[in-house]
Amino acid sequence: MAYTERADGRKVGELRPMEVKAGVVPSADGSASFKIGKTWAIAAVRGPRELFPRFLQNPKKGLLRCHYTMMPFSGSGERIRPGNSRRSQEISMVMQKALEPVVDLSAFPNAVVDIFIELPQTDAGTRCAAISAASIALADAGIPMKDMISSVAVGQVDGLVCADLTYNEEAIDAPVSDIPIAMLHNTKEITLLQMDGEITKDDLMKALELGKGAADLVYAEQMKALQARFKEVSQ
Amino acid sequence: MIVNTQTIKKLAAQGKRLDGRGLTEFRGPITIETDISWTAEGSAKVTIGDTVVLAGVKMSLEKPYNDTPDQGGIMINAELTPMSSSQYERGPPGIKAIELSRVTDRGIREAKAIDMKKLCVTPGEKAWFVIIDIVTINDAGNLFDAAGVAVLAALKNARFPTVDAETGAIDYKKKTDQKLPLLKEPLSVTVYKINGALVLDLTTEEEQVYEARLTVASDSNGIISAMQKGGEGPLSLEEIEKMVTLSMEKASFLRGELDKSVQ
Repeated sequence: MAYTERADGRKVGELRPMEVKAGVVPSADGSASFKIGKTWAIAAVRGPRELFPRFLQNPKKGLLRCHYTMMPFSGSGERIRPGNSRRSQEISMVMQKALEPVVDLSAFPNAVVDIFIELPQTDAGTRCAAISAASIALADAGIPMKDMISSVAVGQVDGLVCADLTYNEEAIDAPVSDIPIAMLHNTKEITLLQMDGEITKDDLMKALELGKGAADLVYAEQMKALQARFKEVSQ
Repeated sequence: MIVNTQTIKKLAAQGKRLDGRGLTEFRGPITIETDISWTAEGSAKVTIGDTVVLAGVKMSLEKPYNDTPDQGGIMINAELTPMSSSQYERGPPGIKAIELSRVTDRGIREAKAIDMKKLCVTPGEKAWFVIIDIVTINDAGNLFDAAGVAVLAALKNARFPTVDAETGAIDYKKKTDQKLPLLKEPLSVTVYKINGALVLDLTTEEEQVYEARLTVASDSNGIISAMQKGGEGPLSLEEIEKMVTLSMEKASFLRGELDKSVQ
């Protein structure tokens, strides 16, 4: 087991410093900025509003849509061409599935709630930051929700099970696995689960267990941001 | 959007505005923050009132164009995100984004603000190309001026990435302390005509009402490097003179704000 201490000195369950704020896009119905280490996601909610084209409308309930975009200068290598990529479309889809279980749009037939996510800079864990930001933005927009979704990556770096991996940790020349998860705060049910790399079943369950505490840390920051926002709005 | 068209026009003729500002008064606070994205070679966030715009610089080594083998190049692109306004949709840039990026591009390019020859590494083979992306976070009006400040701030903030001497590969994670060869610092200010009055820093609502606009890019020596007229209304020579004067005055005001925030 070569990786016994994390390169940035964090404990295994410790997350990078977070900076979280609700209400950063004044013209949107709800919005949030979620920074974790050098990964930064901004989310804005627009809606509920009428959905076009009409054939997409559902008369039983409103539709939730996510749009994940990395800004052209947000990758650590070359410029990213603007526009949809296969990656961004897949992430948008899994984000949607991660958030849907807590959102109740039954009061908004034929409507859509759009969540736009933009990332100005990234250092791993972008879909988790995006989901955590989106969840705050939905609450800020007053969309009916039965719980909060908190998202964080867990994984294994050369035998060390840890949370919130950085790009450098994912890139280590040894067996590594990255497991982005999203969690309902109250029930600890998981709504996003992906994984790549390699891991044993024991380490996987250990990592998911570690994810509970890690998601709680994200949740605490989300609630702090929302409380600050509600104070601001009520004044 | 419901717009008080008649009220905005009536007020403008009396020298007044819906939000109580003077006709040539900018919204506050104006904030300029640089180095907001570690992955970009240079970056900036600019706010004018509720308008929020980001700009980021990426650099790459490419083969120079055939007609300018001893020069590098620049390109400015604008993304009017659906995040920033309910007016914008996803997909390829619309005409508004194209105009914004081209007007901003000309302001920098035609002023010869960047020494293109210094961007050349090996004539005919390799030169630096600089791409600046403008991304809107919130459009509350006057994207033109905000984008111009953001682009210049990001260019001033940019540092070349490291290049491996043997392989020629770029290491984007390691920046040098070498800045871009900036010769001039052009900034553009857009002057609008509403019911005969000249107005600056429009809100989204006011932008629905104007008859004509003129964007003028000028540097600190008072040299004009690009202009663009917009809107359906015609402009008289007298009006153009007044607009250019006003634009240049306000460009030095914005340059003062920029100098306060970026070295």
